Order: sequence, then C-alpha cells, then structure tokens
Amino acid sequence: MEQLSQTLERFGGVYLLPFALAVVAFIMIGAPSSWVTLTVAGLAMGMMVFLMASGLSLVFGLMDVLNFGHSAFVSFGAFVAASVLAALGGWLGSDSVILNALALILALLSAVAFGVVAGWFFESVIIKPVYKDHLRQILITMGALIVSEQVILAIWGGTPITVHRPQFLEGAFIFGDVSIEVYRVFAFVLGLAVFIGLHVLLNRTRIGLLIRAGVENREMVESLGFRIDRLFIGVFVLGSALAALGGAMWAGYVTLITPALGAEMMIVVFIVVIIGGLGSIQGTLLGAIIVGLTANYIGYLAPKLSLASNMLLMMAILMWRPNGLRPAVK
Amino acid sequence: MSLLKIENMKTDIGQYAVLHGVSFDVPEGGVFVLLGRNGAGKTTTLRSIMGLWSPSPGSVTFRGEDITGLHTAGIARKGIAYVPENMGIFGGLTVEENLVLATETGSFDQARLKRIYELFPAIETFWTKQAWSLSGGQKQMLAVARAIIEPRALILIDEPTKGLAPSIVAAMAEAFREIAETTTILLVEQNFHFAKSLGRDMAVIEDGRVVHTGTMADFVADKALQERLLSLSA
Repeated sequence: MEQLSQTLERFGGVYLLPFALAVVAFIMIGAPSSWVTLTVAGLAMGMMVFLMASGLSLVFGLMDVLNFGHSAFVSFGAFVAASVLAALGGWLGSDSVILNALALILALLSAVAFGVVAGWFFESVIIKPVYKDHLRQILITMGALIVSEQVILAIWGGTPITVHRPQFLEGAFIFGDVSIEVYRVFAFVLGLAVFIGLHVLLNRTRIGLLIRAGVENREMVESLGFRIDRLFIGVFVLGSALAALGGAMWAGYVTLITPALGAEMMIVVFIVVIIGGLGSIQGTLLGAIIVGLTANYIGYLAPKLSLASNMLLMMAILMWRPNGLRPAVK
Repeated sequence: MSLLKIENMKTDIGQYAVLHGVSFDVPEGGVFVLLGRNGAGKTTTLRSIMGLWSPSPGSVTFRGEDITGLHTAGIARKGIAYVPENMGIFGGLTVEENLVLATETGSFDQARLKRIYELFPAIETFWTKQAWSLSGGQKQMLAVARAIIEPRALILIDEPTKGLAPSIVAAMAEAFREIAETTTILLVEQNFHFAKSLGRDMAVIEDGRVVHTGTMADFVADKALQERLLSLSA
C-alpha cells in the first residue's frame, strides 16, 4: 500500500484524482459530447467555488477561526453585482463588446470592493472579540450569516432576482456535437487567473511566506518578530473579496439568485475546504474541481443522488485522508 | 548590569497557577542554565519571557527596559530569539525559507550565513529541502540557525537535546559554545551533563519557584545540593 502510494505520488499523487474522475465519467457517460459539456461545466463550477472557498481556507488555517459567516460575502457579492448589472442594462444589451466588458468589470469590481469593506468590518467587529473561542465563533458567525440574509431580504426583497449576463458572454462555442457555454469558459479562465495570482503571492513574496508559515505555527511567526494579527486582517479582507467575486460570478452562472444563496453555498464551500485540507490553496483548488466535476457527472448519471453526492464525496475522502487531500501542515 | 532581569513572575495557565513568583538575573555573555524537574515551570518561564503567556504580576526587564506586557513580536524585535522545545520549524517551508523568514530584510548577511554553514553543515546540504523531511537533529540545527541568522542579544533555548543522538548532542554543545562567545544563551535543559559542560551561571526551578541560583562550577561541586534539587546521584 505504501509503495503504491509512493508510486502514485511520483506521477502527481492526489492531483490525478480529477483526471481519474473524468476518465471514469467518460466510460460511464458514453456520449463524448455530453461528457465534454459536463466536464467544462464542472471545471467552471469548481473554479467559482474555489474563489468562494480559498479565503475561508486561509482564514481557518492561519488563525484557527471558524467563520460560518463567510458565505454572507458570497451572497452580497452576488446581489451587489446583480444590482450593478441591472443598473447598466443598456450597456449589457449593447452590441459594443467594450460596453459589455465595462459593465461586467464594474459589476465584479463593485462586488470585490464591497467584500473588502465588509470583510474589514466583519473582522474588526465580529471576529476579533472571539479569537481562540471556537464555540463563540460558530455562534456569532452563524448569527451574522442569518442577519446578512435578513439585510439582503430588506434591501432586495424575497423575490428571486434575474441576473443579466453581458451580451458577449451569452451563447456557446460549438465544436461539432459539442456545445460549450462562453460564460463557463470565462468563469474557468478567471478562476485560473486568481489561482495563479494567489500562487505567486503565497510562493514568491515575503507576505506569502509569512502566511504559509503562520498557517503552520502562529506562535513561532510572532516569536520571529511579526504581528500575525495584522497579517490576518489582510488575509481576511482578501478572502472576503474573493468570496464576493465568487458570488458575483456564481450569480451570472445560475442567472437567478435568492437571499438563501449564502446558506446554500456555505455547505459546498465548507466541504471543499475540508476535502482540500485546511490552509492550502492548492488543496482548495483540487477540492473545488473535484466537487464541481462530481456534482455535474452525478447530476447527469444519477440525478437522485446529486444532492447527496458532495457529502458522500467528503466522507470517502476523509476516510482515506482524514486531514484532507493537500493540507498545508504535514 | 544583568541583561535580563525577572522579578516575581507569576503565570497562570487557565485556572492553574504554574509560576508562583520566579525571580532571577541573566548576566550578559555565556550560557545561563535553568534546571529543574519535569513540570517545574521551566518552559512556562521561557514562554512568559517571550510574552506567549502573560505573567501577572511580575516584571521582565531586558537591557534595562521593562518588556512586561509587550506583544511577542515586539519582544522578539528587542533582540530576543526563541527556540521552543518542539523546535517550531515550519515543515512545509524549505530550509532556506525557514531562515529567510527570520531575517529582518528578507535577505541574508553572507558572513552570518557562512558562519551558520560552518556551525551546521547540514543546513547547506539540505538548503532546498522541505523542513519536514529533515531528521530530528537537523531540525534542531535549523531551529538554532534561525535564532542566530540575525544578531540577537539573547537566545532562549528550550531542551535542545531532547530525543537527539549522542553524536548530535556533542555537535550541538560545540555550536552553543561558539554562539555563546557573542550571544547570551538562556538554556532550559534536563540533561545535566550537557548543561554543566556549557553553563556559567545557573538557577534551579521547582514547583514554579526559583530555589537556587549561583555559578555552575559551585553547583557541580556540591553533590548534596544536586541530589536534593534534581535527584541526581553521584
């Protein structure tokens, strides 16, 4: 078993899992065109969930903070972006790609800006008083999630809101029998760009080095002369902004959003963080892609199982690797 | 003047009082050894000095400045390095990254790095390896190297020989002797033979109180005192 593990590790280890999943799904689905569509949908979904989950993973790993309110940023990101897109409806429907792109950029930037401000406020007012107290963290952040839902209800109402996509992201690329939605490709590319940016930040900068070290041993980083609490505010704000960006992208993906969006996504986001391993960006990406692919494949092959698929996946992975696929701390 | 002065330091961990009024002075230069049985409060003393646990009441004075209540990072920046019992190595980082993190500017003073290579050749050999893959002895070397990668006035080292092979312990003793020529070391140690070969001054702590202070030479000469305080038989 040990030898098998080492051999697998030489060829990519757990990073082979999405490929293995795709191969198994290809055999079971049978129709190549459906398989390609589902795979692209799974990758796009995975990338959007990665955006939402990456900050939570770092926050959890760095400060041992259980933030059940994280998905509030996802909700607000979705609603803020939807409002901006609705306000710029004229630009969205325009034939000009520049106006389309501007509307999209403004919507995404608004969501990110909201995430930055709300994240800073949330950390300073809600999280800081409950450092090192998991029970109070759970209670207060769950409470904050409920309050945020009510705030969304008060501002946007309870009726589902339709989200309009920019014209240039509508439609699909057609390759023979295969149809790939443009929006999914865009979501995948944006998620990949954020992952590369985070990877560079964490592995090529001194701040990234501090974050990685802090995830492993906060006390030791402080003993080397660094204020980890100040670093944590930065990480929290970054995570909130990414969650809001993920929410904004998700809004465009599902095109119909309700105030319950945050609570719905919270489960998926936590599953991804747990599967991936705490504090690890690579692990979060891996977990998100596996969750995205599984949800799409199972949704096609056994629709009745689709609701349970994430839970079953998490159980299977935790039985195999109790610390997740790629935990930051060995 | 003493480099570090601890007066009436009392530390509670949760509901338990661990230190009941620890007082001792660490003079500048050489190795000061803090001895004591398991659970006497040696590690708590070092952690309290570093601000990882807050002593209350009591005071810690470093180079004449009261550092009681300062944040751990602030205490470290005063020139105190800490090598904890578990070494505090960042396993997911490479040897180089572990060291560069301890530098002030993010770049190495080449003369100091050369000195570290001479003290601990394994550091150069495993420079690009992830720290989790090192042996226990190599991790301890890395932990000490990290403490001296920048000029420090005082290094607190907690049980550096624990679990190490005798050959590594001997190499560590040699390294500490060299380091102590320029930097004061406050060493917590249960291995008395290791401690006595290095210590110039010492204190014995028992049940959260300092019960003896003096020179190591006097302590080594007094077998009855050793037997009484540390249960060491000749």
